[in-house]
Amino acid sequence: MEYLSIVFQEVYKILFLLVPVLVSVAMIVWLDRRVWAFVQKRQGPNVVGPFGLLQSLADALKYIFKEIIIPSSSNKVIFILAPIVTMTLALIAWAVIPFSATQVLADINVGILYLFAVSSLGVYGIIMGGWASNSKYPFLGAIRSAAQMVSYEVSIGVIIINVLLCVGSLNLNDIVIAQQNMWFVIPLFPMFVIFFISALAETNRPPFDLPEAEAELVAGYQTEYSGMMYAMFWLGEYANILLMCAMGAILFLGGWMSPIDVYPFILVPGAIWLILKILLLFILFALVKAIVPRYRYDQLMRLGWKVFLPLSLIWVVLTASYLFYFNLLPVN
Amino acid sequence: MATDGRMFWRLILKLTISIDKMIAHAIFFYTFSIIAVVSAIMVTASKNTVHSVFFLILDFISISCLFIMIGAEFLGMIMLIVYVGAVAVLFLFVVMMLNVAQQKNQWFAGQATSKHIPVGLIISTLIFFEIIIVIGGWKYKPEIFDINNSLASTSVSNTHSLGQVLYTDYIHVFQISGMILLVAMVGAIVLTFRQRSGVKKQSYIKQISRERSEGVEVLEVQSNKGVKIDD
Repeated sequence: MEYLSIVFQEVYKILFLLVPVLVSVAMIVWLDRRVWAFVQKRQGPNVVGPFGLLQSLADALKYIFKEIIIPSSSNKVIFILAPIVTMTLALIAWAVIPFSATQVLADINVGILYLFAVSSLGVYGIIMGGWASNSKYPFLGAIRSAAQMVSYEVSIGVIIINVLLCVGSLNLNDIVIAQQNMWFVIPLFPMFVIFFISALAETNRPPFDLPEAEAELVAGYQTEYSGMMYAMFWLGEYANILLMCAMGAILFLGGWMSPIDVYPFILVPGAIWLILKILLLFILFALVKAIVPRYRYDQLMRLGWKVFLPLSLIWVVLTASYLFYFNLLPVN
Repeated sequence: MATDGRMFWRLILKLTISIDKMIAHAIFFYTFSIIAVVSAIMVTASKNTVHSVFFLILDFISISCLFIMIGAEFLGMIMLIVYVGAVAVLFLFVVMMLNVAQQKNQWFAGQATSKHIPVGLIISTLIFFEIIIVIGGWKYKPEIFDINNSLASTSVSNTHSLGQVLYTDYIHVFQISGMILLVAMVGAIVLTFRQRSGVKKQSYIKQISRERSEGVEVLEVQSNKGVKIDD
């Protein structure tokens, strides 16, 4: 019975985390469209609710009432599983994100590896959707995204090694606390830039949105999806983007820590700082979408393998030798 | 009577708590192991090759869950990242691109089946005997496996203890295995690399370093004669 009550407590905590994440995903879609519009001197969604804040809600309502069409020649089980996989993977990763020193659902030893593993599994939703549709455009989109996401994962992994060298622990809270004196964005600035661009590619955001390039592939892997299943892909994608922003905030921008260690700033709870940092990174994501044209496929592969991977590897050697020479290696 | 009743209920509560914990552990273990075994069987049993790869992925995931359950969280996560995140994606990529289904049907239909059965049998007997030897050795001489060294200290985290062993006692083995992988990779690239002539390539340095004087030429065009442009 006590065991059951523990389980219920955990479920309550999970709901307390997931509901805000889902709501903020809806809000972030609105923000994305709004920023995009402002860059192009448009208004963006501003009709439904104050400032158009309820636009995503209206969209969701529309999706719910639309018919779900399953193509007759598709592989039905995998076709239905694909959006579920995308959505689930995007949400389970939030379990390890620390919102303050104590506010974390699962404070596990290998938190950063868990985040990395879950984000690398995200490719399956896309491959499954593209293959199960049994149609040309989705399949091409899926193949493209498989190659793209695997390539950029490598450089993200090496960048994480850079940060871990400075921290000496895989725990996310330890990573945040290690930035008490200086955020890692200052000593590792080139890595932050590469991480940001790789995160764009990893989440299939423009300028790397080749898997769903609307000019060539209709909608890529989502072409055959409709109604709520399409909306789930869409929600999963934005939840993944938020997750990548959170990862960037934790690795480079000091996570839940306040930017300066003085009186009025310390009173603000850590969750607020983390959310502000995530928002900052997300607005950068949205700006990039508005101002950069789409990459060609061979340029994308060249950037991943011939520029980012060697650069980040060299930076690993540099960081390690610097830390070793000045005897700064974290030992515990 | 009342106190007896309370004692009884307290005892029941204690029992249920301990049983709950044990049962929870057992439930998780059996769930993951049953999924692992069934999906491993389905990898070979399912006729659709893409389905087999998906079952393989399910197998990897449930095995990494088992790793996490015995406290080897680093191994579990690396299993997820390397096998599920990279290797299985490439598997899936290749299987989807190749038209394996047709070939497989030919195998099942024709006499070619008989050729593959003996090879499979030999390999599976070999693996079976290897497992027998390992388990037998573990059963009768536990000290040769040195479990005490690896799992004794729980104060140090899994990752730390792995690194302490891997980068001190076994550094040469570790480096050599890395070298073998590198050589294998370079070999695979060399074997499959074809230099095709007549392919247009983009040279970024050439593009950036182009000057106006090289690219543009202003010509006086006479009417009815035109200009000859050599490309």
